Amino acid sequence: MSLLKIRNLSVDFATASGQFRAVDSVDMTVEKGEVMAIVGESGSGKSVSMLALMGLLPWTATITADELSFEGIDLRSITPRARRKIIGKDLAMIFQEPMSSLNPCFTVGFQIKEALRLHMGLNRADRHKRAIELFEHVGIPAPESRLNVYPHQMSGGMNQRVMIAMAIACKPKLLIADEPTTALDVTIQAQILDLLVSLRDETGMGLVLITHDMGVVAETAERVSVQYAGQRAEEQPVRDLFEHPYHPYTSALLNALPERATSKLLPTIPGVVPGQFDRPKGCLFAPRCAYAQEKCHTTPPVPSGDEFGRALCHFPLEKEQRGVS
Amino acid sequence: MLRFLLSKLATFVPTFIGVTLISFMFIRVLPGDPIIVMAGERGMTEERYQEMVVKLGFDKPVIEQYWSYLTGVLQGDLGESFITKKPVWDEFFALFPATLELSICAMIFAIVLGLPAGVIAAVNRGKFFDRALMSSALIGYSMPIFWWALLLIIVFSGNLGWTPVSGRISLMFFFDDVTGFMLIDSLLSGQKGAFASAVHHLVLPTIVLGTIPLAVIARQTRSAMLEVLGEDYIRTARAKGLAPARINGLHALRNALIPVVTVIGLSVGTLLAGAILTETIFSWPGIGKWMVDSIFRRDYPVVQGGLLMIAVIVMIVNLTVDLLYGAINPKIRRRS
Repeated sequence: MSLLKIRNLSVDFATASGQFRAVDSVDMTVEKGEVMAIVGESGSGKSVSMLALMGLLPWTATITADELSFEGIDLRSITPRARRKIIGKDLAMIFQEPMSSLNPCFTVGFQIKEALRLHMGLNRADRHKRAIELFEHVGIPAPESRLNVYPHQMSGGMNQRVMIAMAIACKPKLLIADEPTTALDVTIQAQILDLLVSLRDETGMGLVLITHDMGVVAETAERVSVQYAGQRAEEQPVRDLFEHPYHPYTSALLNALPERATSKLLPTIPGVVPGQFDRPKGCLFAPRCAYAQEKCHTTPPVPSGDEFGRALCHFPLEKEQRGVS
Repeated sequence: MLRFLLSKLATFVPTFIGVTLISFMFIRVLPGDPIIVMAGERGMTEERYQEMVVKLGFDKPVIEQYWSYLTGVLQGDLGESFITKKPVWDEFFALFPATLELSICAMIFAIVLGLPAGVIAAVNRGKFFDRALMSSALIGYSMPIFWWALLLIIVFSGNLGWTPVSGRISLMFFFDDVTGFMLIDSLLSGQKGAFASAVHHLVLPTIVLGTIPLAVIARQTRSAMLEVLGEDYIRTARAKGLAPARINGLHALRNALIPVVTVIGLSVGTLLAGAILTETIFSWPGIGKWMVDSIFRRDYPVVQGGLLMIAVIVMIVNLTVDLLYGAINPKIRRRS
């Protein structure tokens, strides 16, 4: 049984100008102990699909899915009370902005002990001991005195460590990290990623890493799902993806990496992700695609087979086409 | 901390002088002559009138009158009432507990109902409760106090006979002032039914005086909560699996309290202004009624002194609010 199984997940938001589809028929599977990366531009629905899983979307969102299960528990039909027993315990999440993700009115100690009391039922002394242990574990120096400080008294990196300590406090089976390093310095980024991967190695938890940084993907992930405009464009093991992307979007993303640039000018992908009003009729990437043909503009593609990385494309790239954009 | 307090106190000085100046000028600009009012219907002779003018110091230039008033105030002397001949200071403190009791009850009424109402409305944004509450808050806020008071008196005292029309306690009870607070004194007196009677008399004035602050607090709490509920740390709290009651009542409310405490502080000024009307309508023997009476009598020292004391109270309340910010949100706590 897979740890996490998502089939045909769609999320629609009710906006003043009608329904907006942020996530469109996304499939995903995460196994125990696996590091899965979700990459994509801003607005590609990476975070929204995970927030839907956690039940953290605002009331304006409508979630539909053929399957949305965590450890065999169907998250679609679950009561809010039962969901609260799972999230924060077996299913934990950390966020992009550590500085604003911690409550400024409470000490970090209070905030981590709160989770321990709720899910682990520890008494006061045990909570204190465990909180110190966790802080030590995530590399916070002088953990005992740090319990009494407020988030604004620490750096962003330290706060993200607190967030991680909080997320792993109840030994989760799956940790979702939503761009955990975007708001941090480059040196701190590497530390935080190392920490996440080493925690995975120790505890055997699954890790979903949402990012738009291909470098992060290459270093940490085992499998990668590329999302574009709310759809899954392609999914492959990390090495294969970097070697032979099948979807033209993935290929263009990889070509835009400075490390891979062959000319002086860095290749870019012209245009922007389609919004609510300029959604193409056919393939969503067609207007920006270098290989688009007549069919691409009229007919929405269906996912191709495993041999083409399930690429959502009418004409998955052949080997010799890659590198051209 | 001490420096902060001193700098705050320093800003009191211009406000203080401004208030003395304004109260001094305004009461003199009002048409009407205190000496004529004092004489009553019988009138007085011209010599007697001149004698009084000299006695009350009205013959001197206004600047000089103001100067002698100000120096008196700075020495803690608010002057004597023209009518009762008692020091304004003594009169104020004899009547102030009644106003304070009413104001505290009104504030408690407004906070106890307004905070939860605002929180519930924010959490159920756009639903029936939210709309109903916000429309009633708007009505409550726009309602003229005197009209609202009369309406309540007609319904609850007149038609239903549930509450007394005026006063602080039934005439059946008599006991000496100890604290000046009727609720406490009635308990201390040990007389059976005295406390119940005091509470009974408080109900309507409390509702009348508390209505506007209640509406303001409910609306402010709602909007502050709406803002806070969209913050990242609320998402974190939800991601921890915390119950909604804890998220809304603790994580969100604590952050939303800053603007709410600010309006509570500002409402104290409104409250004292409202107390003047409420006390007059309910014959509540507090400083509001005392001030209104002395305006009609052109009792200059009482009006000046009363205004000054009210201004000082409002300033102290706002200072307290400033100090409270740090207690609520450590992020704006000042280094000591």
